[in-house]
Amino acid sequence: MLDESHARIDRRRAPREHRGPGRAPTPERVRTLRPILISLGALLTVALLALTLGRFDVPFGHVVQILLGTDPGGAFGGEDIPPTEHNVVLLVRMPRVLLAALVGGGLALGGAALQAIFRNPLVSPDIIGVSAGASFGGALALLLGLGPVMLVGGSFACGLLALVLVFLITSGRGGTPVLMLVLGGVVTGSFFSALVALVTYLADPFTTLPAIVFWLLGSIAGATPGQVLVAVGPILLGTVVVLALRWRINVLSLGDDDAAALGVRPRRLRWVVLASVALIVAGAVAVSGVISWVGLVIPHLARMWVGPDNRVLLPVSVLLGGALLIVVDTVARSLTAGEIPLGVLTALIGAPVFFVLLRRHRDRIWDSA
Amino acid sequence: MPDVAPVLLELREAGFGYPGQPAVFRNVTLQVAAGSVTAVLGPNGSGKTTLVRCAAGLLPVQQGSVRRREAVGFVPQARGTSFAYRAFDMVLMGRARHVQLFRSPGAGDRAAALFAMERVGIAALRDRSFPTLSGGEQQLVLIARAVAAETNLLILDEPSTGLDLKNQVRVLRLLRELAADGIGMLLSTHDPDHALYLADTVVLLHPGEAQQGPAAELLTETSLSALYGVRVSAVDYLDSGAEATRAAVPAPRRTIVTHYDDSPAARHGEGAP
Repeated sequence: MLDESHARIDRRRAPREHRGPGRAPTPERVRTLRPILISLGALLTVALLALTLGRFDVPFGHVVQILLGTDPGGAFGGEDIPPTEHNVVLLVRMPRVLLAALVGGGLALGGAALQAIFRNPLVSPDIIGVSAGASFGGALALLLGLGPVMLVGGSFACGLLALVLVFLITSGRGGTPVLMLVLGGVVTGSFFSALVALVTYLADPFTTLPAIVFWLLGSIAGATPGQVLVAVGPILLGTVVVLALRWRINVLSLGDDDAAALGVRPRRLRWVVLASVALIVAGAVAVSGVISWVGLVIPHLARMWVGPDNRVLLPVSVLLGGALLIVVDTVARSLTAGEIPLGVLTALIGAPVFFVLLRRHRDRIWDSA
Repeated sequence: MPDVAPVLLELREAGFGYPGQPAVFRNVTLQVAAGSVTAVLGPNGSGKTTLVRCAAGLLPVQQGSVRRREAVGFVPQARGTSFAYRAFDMVLMGRARHVQLFRSPGAGDRAAALFAMERVGIAALRDRSFPTLSGGEQQLVLIARAVAAETNLLILDEPSTGLDLKNQVRVLRLLRELAADGIGMLLSTHDPDHALYLADTVVLLHPGEAQQGPAAELLTETSLSALYGVRVSAVDYLDSGAEATRAAVPAPRRTIVTHYDDSPAARHGEGAP
């Protein structure tokens, strides 16, 4: 009897020698790591270039020296690199590059994760109504003249409030969960958009109205270190949670029934992902206004390159999203003497790019591998 | 086996209906013990799929009770998914129960997934994109996914639908092997022959009522003719095996023959009065 049961187990389970952890890089691992490393390389290259480029010229060699801390100008007060270059690179450009990477990466990740759990490639982070909520919070803070910290705090709080409203709308009985979520997001989003319109209507056309409009257009130019600190926490937290759940998101993207049959609790997992994306989006809007298209175009590009496996797609989306927003922000501050709002540029670039993608892949838009 | 096999799944007077509509099925009582196979048969719309989904816990029953003592491996009917995962990645997702929340599957999980694919005979499909597979191949991938989950209770919704003869045989043999390994199984099927080959117990879903009993007793000419409303014959014969493996004692077998014409004379009887 004992022998027999052993034989049973052996037939059903994979043989032991198959199970040992492989030390050599397996084809699977290469398949996963290569696109991630390429994207990381792209992000770092773009970041370095962004520190060099701009209306104030800093030679590339100087940037490298400043970053490595080997320049005499920093520690020993030498004459090779003027202190102005030092300040431009470390105090002006570096915070913007970091913030652009964080916001762009977060938005692209949020878009990719939502596309997976809504099982729809046309979803962007805006769909759950959080960005509209956060816009209202920020606009209200500007209207009331509450100062930069309340601007970030208010938009963050209202972004999360929007998520709570979506949750309350969808938590009733009946209806397909995903469809109810989309409807809840649309309802909440239009409600808060109306409130934003109300705030802009009430704003003083000479003082607060321009401030609100420029903030809504999206920019990371005015970001102060204090604002950045408030926003960095939620964006990083949301990003880490979503990335850690990347394989579970694969299972969830099969649909609720399949996920449940495989032992995953779809509703609970979906809300964890939604809350994490809401943290990212609320944090991003709080610090940089509404930046559209990054969360739609980057996940698409990434999926066409690496396929739909979120174990690869999500990290690649983060890195490429960060790289894209660094590029856009560099263009925004270099092209003209004034700053072009980021949200305007991302839409100007995003819409045609998306159009080309749709034309080229219109037959494979669902299962673009 | 001396001791009684443990009951893994039990439905007691279970029923399900959408509000304001007649019950999809009702009064179904069945048990699935370790190593035993129960097949659900019934015409289209009789509630087979609803019944297996209730048994798997994907739908709540409204009357009676469903008790599962084990995690379930569930094989749905194949349908396209929105994202083009590789067949291997689909099978790998069967490991979700064995992978911690914030982890991705490791080498052991990959080995189990590959082993399941080899067992189902689809290792060659490994790198193919799931939506580009034929319906039958998708069905095999979903079966491999449930095998990779390594659960002791399998619930399958028409596992042989859409498969060619060779793959039907392959899947039926695999399921019988799994049952011999001690896995309990509940499956729905349209083919009485498959139920005769696999099942110990069958449930016949008539509109509004269910009939259950041992497969050999229930899968007869009268009951099947009544169930589907067509004329069938049960043919008992002795199977002495293939040329190479001719058995000393031929095994008694039964197969169900469907009559497509109303009367035997209908086709050849053009000249009859």
